[in-house]
Amino acid sequence: MKYLYLVWSNLKRKKMRSILTILSIMVAFMLFGYLGAIRQGFSQGIDVAGVDRLIVRHKVSIIQLLPEAYESRIEQIDGVIDASHQTWFGGIYQKPSNFFAQMPVKPREYLDMFPEFLLSEEERQAWFNTRSGAVAGRGIADRFDWKVGDRIPINATIWTRKGGERTWEFDLVGIYDGAEKGTDTSQFLFRYDFFDESRQFAQGQVGWYSVRISDPDRSAETAALIDAEFANSPYETKAEPEGAFLQGFANQIGDIGFIMMSIVAAVFFTILLVAGNTMAYAVRERTNELAVLKAIGFTDQAVLGLVLGESLALTGLGGAIGLFLAWMLVSTGDPTGGSLPMFFIPVKDLVTGVVLIGLMALVAGILPALQAQRLRIADALRR
Amino acid sequence: MTQNERILVSIRNVDKVFKRGSEEIHVLGGLDLEIPEGEFLALMGPSGSGKSTLLNLVGGLDRPSQGMVEVGGERIDELSDRRLASWRARHVGLVFQFYNLMPVLTAQKNVELPLLLTHLSRSERKKRATIALDIVGLSHRNDHYPSTLSGGEQQRVGIARAIVTDPTILLCDEPTGDLDRKSGDEVLDLLQALNREQGKTIVMVTHDIHAAARASRTLYLNKGRLSMEPEE
Repeated sequence: MKYLYLVWSNLKRKKMRSILTILSIMVAFMLFGYLGAIRQGFSQGIDVAGVDRLIVRHKVSIIQLLPEAYESRIEQIDGVIDASHQTWFGGIYQKPSNFFAQMPVKPREYLDMFPEFLLSEEERQAWFNTRSGAVAGRGIADRFDWKVGDRIPINATIWTRKGGERTWEFDLVGIYDGAEKGTDTSQFLFRYDFFDESRQFAQGQVGWYSVRISDPDRSAETAALIDAEFANSPYETKAEPEGAFLQGFANQIGDIGFIMMSIVAAVFFTILLVAGNTMAYAVRERTNELAVLKAIGFTDQAVLGLVLGESLALTGLGGAIGLFLAWMLVSTGDPTGGSLPMFFIPVKDLVTGVVLIGLMALVAGILPALQAQRLRIADALRR
Repeated sequence: MTQNERILVSIRNVDKVFKRGSEEIHVLGGLDLEIPEGEFLALMGPSGSGKSTLLNLVGGLDRPSQGMVEVGGERIDELSDRRLASWRARHVGLVFQFYNLMPVLTAQKNVELPLLLTHLSRSERKKRATIALDIVGLSHRNDHYPSTLSGGEQQRVGIARAIVTDPTILLCDEPTGDLDRKSGDEVLDLLQALNREQGKTIVMVTHDIHAAARASRTLYLNKGRLSMEPEE
């Protein structure tokens, strides 16, 4: 601790250079944090996907429907505990840019299947008792300032009502919270019976099934049994773990994680050169002073530590400010206005950021530090 | 030298050879020197005669190619790098021609630097630095940065830094070489006072015959050899 003022004073030596280096490091870490949140948003909850859940969809594509009657047949298959279906509604609330998922579901089954969606008992009962009732996640409710009791009109793009009417109106009877930070609270869920009865076509057909299995270690085997059950039928299925399904959904846009990491890696490499250059200059400029420190009794290791400490202070300041700014920016909401419901910096990314700060300090500072450590006093004092 | 004088520095048969590429440069050869405790010794000689090299050997800033360097009864040429650094911190005060103060630190923080290597508390370090600055007559300049001090004042801060740990020996490498006559005299007055009043052993390298006149003994170094008289 007593050497801190020495480290700090040396950073103040060339204020402009230090500030510019800190700013460039700050931008790199801000980008790292912000892109991490975007990647998290695109992953759509892959990290919190249930390990004991499978998704069963049409073998050709997710937009092909499956018979509702499959539910009871799936539940008969060995290793399956329960099944619950969902269907993509794809409606518009007020304007097309207000994107969020709307799905008709069977309330009891759905809430049993996804215990991470937390509803009060009162709200659950209200949903069970209201045919036009709907529940919304906290995220989407906050976004549109919805309150329980509101009537929510959704304009259908696929599912017109009998008679050709496009507007569906739902009574908001509950707002659910997520059990975990990564739980999707952007969904709008309404009753399948109300939907099936009111839609103009495709009665008795659903989008896909979520299936709870008894043994996650046997998920591949159970998935194969499900697919075998419906093989050679007009509605063949593809069953896969929920995480793989969500990953595949995200990959429709592209390998977001890879793209993000490529950008961040390029930025970090550049910033590493900037920081390394700063440290190399900082040491070269004061060879004489470092020799004086050694002359008055600082050991080689102490001088090495001082230079590395300076490097750590530089990257630590820039990195900490960058991560903090990223957190502030992310807190203001996702840049798409709601298309990325799980938009936050994951804790593991913050931890990775801190580790990267340390690594950058080490890599940028180690060569100048070793140079300072090896300095021969008599030679350096003559310079 | 009287029989009662205790020998502080003893150098025996010291060679110092520098290598520049394949070329070997013999700076000191078979040199012997004894410095009694409390002496103010001036080392004179032409440029390149090995004065600073000899000073570096006495201060443990460099090692002899051959021979023995003993200070205060300790063979410093045999110490490991780490122990030698620790020995310097405890026993040596250094005064440089160009002051070599840290420009980013105040006078007081510069003086405190050697105390960072001790276990003293922050307040104790500050107290001792203030005393050292008071001894050199600069307690009123505690918070001034080197760039705001005159050359003479900077050198006095350098001396305060050298004496703050109460070292066994003070080594001064042309301490007045960068100063005008008046400032140089003030610095020499100070060194003389430290020698006479506090009994500090001082070895001073100088080109200046007036500075050497302040010392209790002057030795001349030429072509790696010491003598009592300057070479014609």
